[in-house]
Amino acid sequence: MSPNDMGHGYDKMIHGLEPETEIDLGLGSTTSGASEIGTAIGAAGMWSPDALLIEHRSLWGEIWRRFRRDKFAMVGVVAIIILVLVALLAPWIAPHDPTKQYDEGLTMQGMPVGPSHEFWLGTDTLGRDLLSRLMYGARVSLVVGVLANGFALVLGVIFGLTAGYFRGATETFLMRTTDVMMAFPIILLAVALVSVLKPSIWILILVIGIVYWTPMTRVIHGEVLSIREKEFVDAARLTGCTNRRILVRHILPHLVAVILVYTSLGLATTILFEATLSYIGLGIQPPTPSWGQMISEGQSYYLSAPHLVIYPGLAIMITVLAFNLVGDGLRDAFDPQQRRR
Amino acid sequence: MSGETLVRVEDLRVHFPITSGVVFQRKVGAVYAVDGLTFDVLRGETLGLVGESGCGKSTTGRAILQLIRPTTGRVLYEGGDLANLKGNKLRQQRKRMQMIFQDPYASLNSRMTIGDIIGEPLLVHKMGSKAERKAKVRELLETVGINPNTLNRYPHEFSGGQRQRIGIARALAVEPNFIVCDEPISALDVSIRAQIINLLQQLQREFGLTYLFIAHDLSVVRHISDRVAVMYLGRVVELAENAVLYEQPMHPYTQALLSAVPIPDPEAEERRRPVVLTGDVPSPVEPPSGCHFHTRCPAAQDGLCDVEDPELKEVRPGHWAACHLITGGTYPHIRAGEDDLAVVAGGGEAA
Repeated sequence: MSPNDMGHGYDKMIHGLEPETEIDLGLGSTTSGASEIGTAIGAAGMWSPDALLIEHRSLWGEIWRRFRRDKFAMVGVVAIIILVLVALLAPWIAPHDPTKQYDEGLTMQGMPVGPSHEFWLGTDTLGRDLLSRLMYGARVSLVVGVLANGFALVLGVIFGLTAGYFRGATETFLMRTTDVMMAFPIILLAVALVSVLKPSIWILILVIGIVYWTPMTRVIHGEVLSIREKEFVDAARLTGCTNRRILVRHILPHLVAVILVYTSLGLATTILFEATLSYIGLGIQPPTPSWGQMISEGQSYYLSAPHLVIYPGLAIMITVLAFNLVGDGLRDAFDPQQRRR
Repeated sequence: MSGETLVRVEDLRVHFPITSGVVFQRKVGAVYAVDGLTFDVLRGETLGLVGESGCGKSTTGRAILQLIRPTTGRVLYEGGDLANLKGNKLRQQRKRMQMIFQDPYASLNSRMTIGDIIGEPLLVHKMGSKAERKAKVRELLETVGINPNTLNRYPHEFSGGQRQRIGIARALAVEPNFIVCDEPISALDVSIRAQIINLLQQLQREFGLTYLFIAHDLSVVRHISDRVAVMYLGRVVELAENAVLYEQPMHPYTQALLSAVPIPDPEAEERRRPVVLTGDVPSPVEPPSGCHFHTRCPAAQDGLCDVEDPELKEVRPGHWAACHLITGGTYPHIRAGEDDLAVVAGGGEAA
């Protein structure tokens, strides 16, 4: 076709506008006889080495920058770091043995003593040091929270990915099962499961994981539904990727944001749930200290010794709040479109 | 152009079911996105595919490449039916045909470096060693005009035009014969469009590529295509060589479509009288009976056009049209009258 019969001005545009940063394509005479990829333009020399100096701004760097600006989230991070350190170092920094019943920990009438030089936060109903018990209780809360949440996460990602990617009958089965699970009163379900199985920390983790996989599955499923329609997934299929490769290399990396956000929010929920189960006596068994169980033991003394309820309650509240703040901060950091405070 | 058929599409239909119900889904209807397409793509040519939004152009492209499985019909690539292929056999065939996507922002995985993106086709088809693949990626980047030293960068560090070049490099990696270009320039800045078009044409000359070029911009299609197919509501209404179609369109729809193209000459533009069709494109959920275009066609004849499906027939050598009113060398000539559309009955005499 000759450019003369164009008549629509498009040829003028094609011949006229060639920004100098781009090489002159197509109209030159350099292409005679070249038939192998790469020999066509073959002028690597025209790229100036200065081009390498363009500043590299990584995606994760941007997210970190936004996250760091969020004061509330940073407070949460600091609180979590302190909590983790306390839990890890409990055997070395705890002033007393958390399970030892001290004679001097009780008054003559058998009542717990208040804060003193010896027992900083006072003692509990059996004369054990409250501060040491709180420190060891942090270990239980974190271990149960992290593992139960990790278990829920693995189930949620597997089910959500499978349902969202393969659609069809698989999706119907998995998502309707999720709906049914969500319709269950979860505390009742957990109580039933724990009372059938022998209560132990592992059973507790398993039960909380089983109860909490449903919201994760839903979130991942919804996310996968939108990602699988993106053109880069079509492109991957066209290049000959297997389903497995598409799932792992192309879809999973786009779920990282949502997984991080929901994990930190989920940690708050699982820690609270552990406390709930321990409070009703189905969680961590005595004498191992756990915050929920401590509240349960101290509640009948709440008039004479309110510190027995207040301190473990505060510990739970601060932990849950910290994870929620971090989760909210992450969500904002991953979503730059959202209006900031 | 050798005239040999590379891809043959036979009575291709893609119907998307509309379902209702939560657990047991009932089919309550269908979107007839592509409804009986037949055409050939010749080796080495560029076949333009034009039509309004929602007429099934993109669906056609995707169905040919089996990204959407056709409901019925065959897609023959060098004589072999792709619609029956599954799994590994299909993956092998995919080395022969690729696609360039419309949206350069959505078509590159933002979590992979461009080196990984372009190298992935080579990797999954186990072509060459690691070092060879890397060399090939650099070669491909140079071919499309991107600095090969940038292969460790991520897509968000590139402009729209550069991303489209990266997408083209990915498509070229497996050395395909046939590339579906799905509106490859409509998401780009006007100043970048010409460069991408030039690049596509240059690559075609160099590697002997065959293009199915989907677009709604008639001027671009005219520039790049050897032949043009016009689609309306899931069907091809006219297919002819470029010059013939633009100079002497026979189908009433094509005539209306072409009259809508603005002329970049103020005086000529002043005199231009576009044929303005009444009404909207009917819904593909309930396409009109008979000729899909009869509801808007100024020349439609009751009892014929709304009853009988027109067949896509060769009205002159190499010129195909689907219209009852094109007979024996005459065709309805649609012109814009003073107030309304006028049909000069049998006005056109096919030269």
